[in-house]
Amino acid sequence: MCVTCGCSNTDGVTLSMPGDGEAREHVHADGTRHTHTHGFAAAPLPTHAHDAVAGLRNFRPHGPTHDHAHESALSVPGRDAHTIQLETQILGKNQLIAERNRSWLAGRGILALNLVSSPGSGKTTLLERTLTDLKTELKIGVIEGDQATSNDAERIRATGVRAVQINTGTGCHLEADMLERALGMLKPEAASLLLIENVGNLVCPALFDLGERAKVVIFSVTEGEDKPLKYPHMFGAAQVLLLSKIDLVPHLRYDVERAVANALTVNPQLKVFRVSSYTGHGLAEWYDWLKRELAACGNVAPFQPDSARPSAAAMAS
Amino acid sequence: MHELSITRNVVAIVSERAAGQRVTRVRLEIGRLSAIMPDAIRFCFDICAENTPAAGAQLEIDEIPGRASCNDCGAEVELIALVGRCPNCDSSGLRLIAGQEMKIREIELDGEMEPCA
Repeated sequence: MCVTCGCSNTDGVTLSMPGDGEAREHVHADGTRHTHTHGFAAAPLPTHAHDAVAGLRNFRPHGPTHDHAHESALSVPGRDAHTIQLETQILGKNQLIAERNRSWLAGRGILALNLVSSPGSGKTTLLERTLTDLKTELKIGVIEGDQATSNDAERIRATGVRAVQINTGTGCHLEADMLERALGMLKPEAASLLLIENVGNLVCPALFDLGERAKVVIFSVTEGEDKPLKYPHMFGAAQVLLLSKIDLVPHLRYDVERAVANALTVNPQLKVFRVSSYTGHGLAEWYDWLKRELAACGNVAPFQPDSARPSAAAMAS
Repeated sequence: MHELSITRNVVAIVSERAAGQRVTRVRLEIGRLSAIMPDAIRFCFDICAENTPAAGAQLEIDEIPGRASCNDCGAEVELIALVGRCPNCDSSGLRLIAGQEMKIREIELDGEMEPCA
């Protein structure tokens, strides 16, 4: 990946849409697509220089090969050792792509939420329940991030909702360019809800903005009340907390109030919902919040379900 | 292990800015509250830098201590964790002012052009 203009040269990440066989499609910045199989790619090797001071002045979209020269920032006569002050943000490129994604999503009135949690918090189950309950009311798309397998996207697809699977290979989190490419594949509808299930990990996804409207952290009651204090970056970066598996509380030595207080100590702005995917407890409040936020994204046109979607009557039965 | 991905970014940025010259030194600024472990960056750096202009470069990391200013008493205090209280007035209203840095401060080049691959 070129760190200045974001073009992709090497890639260890695969995207797939269940039902499309083993196809691994890549979409480049200029829109060209190709499909192939590959293994883990090593560090992104820069193959060309960009003038980072000039920023994007020399930028134009292109494929993996360069047919044009970029102006070099450095023209140093002689062979003297010299020091260059960079003062460059290490994650500056991810931030740039994240902001591009945010604009793209905002322009289409799409509410994108980045769902983060540790593995086993019940994220996918909560997602399945949410999709099943809301799919006739809202237009929804899902992007699933996991290191390997497309099991989660298959589970989502079984609910009748479109899903793209991103396999990060060795990566422990999603990055903004992965979302950018997944958006190209999923093509979410205008005024829709986009749920992005990040890789199960409470550390790394906190650092990588994808361009979402909000991070939603899912924290199950089997995890221990002090988890927010142990992972303050994630609870600090999130706007919403779903305290999940709340139906299990009677069977546990778990203090719900203390868990919520710990989360609010780290982040007093957190919006907290106590939910159970199994009993449905608290889900109505979560759904109301989703609908309000989606409406705030500019979704004013009433949604007409097409014939391919299950009817509301069929869902209610 | 997000340090691997962070280090890849460092190597890619440094290599681009080197514009074909060999990099002899890379100086980073990493905040102590940034959720990045400098030792993990050091561990990854040599592997990520292999076969790039940054191969063999010396890596220096300036660790920036966490600092916050108190919204209530106005004191500027050191923070060793993201969550804390003001040692002056025990307020929890602390505003972080340093400690989350993730920057490449400078690089040193030896002026010699790398042979074209």
